[in-house]
Amino acid sequence: MTEKKTPLHAEHEALGATMTDFGGWMMPLRYTSDLAEHRAVREAAGLFDLSHMGGIAVTGPDAGAALDHALVGNLSKLRRAGARYTMICADDGGVLDDLIVYRTGEDEYFVVANAANSETVLVALLERAAGFDAQVRDVSARDALIAVQGPRAAQIVREVLAEDSEISGGTAFDELRYYASLGMRFGEEAVLVARTGYTGEDGFEIWVAAPHAVALWRALLAAGEPRGLVPAGLSARDSLRLEAGMPLYGHELDTTTTPYDAGVGRIVKLDKVSDDGTPVEFVGRAALAARAERAPERVLVGLRGTGRRPARAGYPVVQPEAVPSPDGSLGPRVGTVTSGAPSPTLGHPVAMAYVSPEVSAEGTELAVDVRGRAEPFVVVPLPFYRRERG
Amino acid sequence: MADFPTHLRYSVEHEWVDDATPATVGVTSVAADALGDVVYLELPEVGATIEAGTVIGEIESTKSVSELYSPVSGTVVEVNQAAIDDPAVVNSEPFGSGWLFKVEVTGAGQLLSAEEYAQHAG
Repeated sequence: MTEKKTPLHAEHEALGATMTDFGGWMMPLRYTSDLAEHRAVREAAGLFDLSHMGGIAVTGPDAGAALDHALVGNLSKLRRAGARYTMICADDGGVLDDLIVYRTGEDEYFVVANAANSETVLVALLERAAGFDAQVRDVSARDALIAVQGPRAAQIVREVLAEDSEISGGTAFDELRYYASLGMRFGEEAVLVARTGYTGEDGFEIWVAAPHAVALWRALLAAGEPRGLVPAGLSARDSLRLEAGMPLYGHELDTTTTPYDAGVGRIVKLDKVSDDGTPVEFVGRAALAARAERAPERVLVGLRGTGRRPARAGYPVVQPEAVPSPDGSLGPRVGTVTSGAPSPTLGHPVAMAYVSPEVSAEGTELAVDVRGRAEPFVVVPLPFYRRERG
Repeated sequence: MADFPTHLRYSVEHEWVDDATPATVGVTSVAADALGDVVYLELPEVGATIEAGTVIGEIESTKSVSELYSPVSGTVVEVNQAAIDDPAVVNSEPFGSGWLFKVEVTGAGQLLSAEEYAQHAG
């Protein structure tokens, strides 16, 4: 095995997890049952090891300006302790990765990249920050990342972590907003807590220095188990994010996809300006500006299956009257499924797919070629699942 | 290493078959665990003639699809409608109520004993 192991690897093995290779890391796929873990997150809470995610610190007087140049978002305007979903694009506007960027100080940012792309992102940031007074450092190995997600996440985190006004940045835990962060204490240890996630539920992501990861993991399990928390693997994480309509790099996003294709053109700040008011020629801007003017060639849609058989990534989307052609394929083809699964929460198949604009309207009846048979699907709005906010 | 029922015989594709008449066919706990939660079964129809070692259906889980191979040749005489309606039983009782179909056997493929299968699945 050449895959990397997170600081929590022995915990996963002790819990009997089925492990899988993901982005070069040995990660828990499931501990017991995908469905049980999925439901626990919707109804109580789930505990995730996300230490495979790449962490890159960008610091220095020009850190914000460097990120404005390197990424599609307006990071210099991000408030202290705030977080933002953004992307890093190539010159042609193709997505290299989707990211969450945290502003951890006046001149300090923390960029979280997908495991499989972290090297690409690091190299691109180093190159793009070269002309700025900013330092780019890979800090992936320094911290573990543990997520607590679900309606009971706040109760559990509150019991395990302590507030400390010296590192909190002036925010109380109970007032922490979605997409914001604060410093807290786990015993003596300082941890960074963000109200972010990838499940469609309320939840928190906690960065802890690697040597303390096991103790924090166990403390969260102990505090959470009486409240229904279970450890949850990548399989549940994938079905949760799919229900929540969140894109996954390698599925809805890749280098041939622009943020506009993926339906998140709003995160591209074509008009961002530097502190002196001059327009920022960020990487990919020219291509993205041109793309923003054009009618889309394909649209990312949600599909709800009216039969029982789920669509899977890569399956063709076809017209519903499709009949088998002599070569065995169904047609005419109008798109491609990027992610698909039976939805544990909704009880029917759900999928995301890129389709031609003329068949992208809500309510359009389509079919997916599920291994040679046309399974009926209908276009529905994303997300498939939205939590009730109390 | 897991213990497998000794009265059954096994295929390398992780199906099991008993020696009753008609014979009952299912998938092993190894297959069920590897698949994850089973959500959809496509089984041969009653009356279908099946051939050992060929693909006769599909088992779909939350994460993946696997082909179902027949461990024996013969004619299908019954399918487990309860498992089609609630495939979770394939995970919970793969050697019991999670059986898949029954077949009048005319010939068997290459089958393993429980001990041999345990080594194969090791």
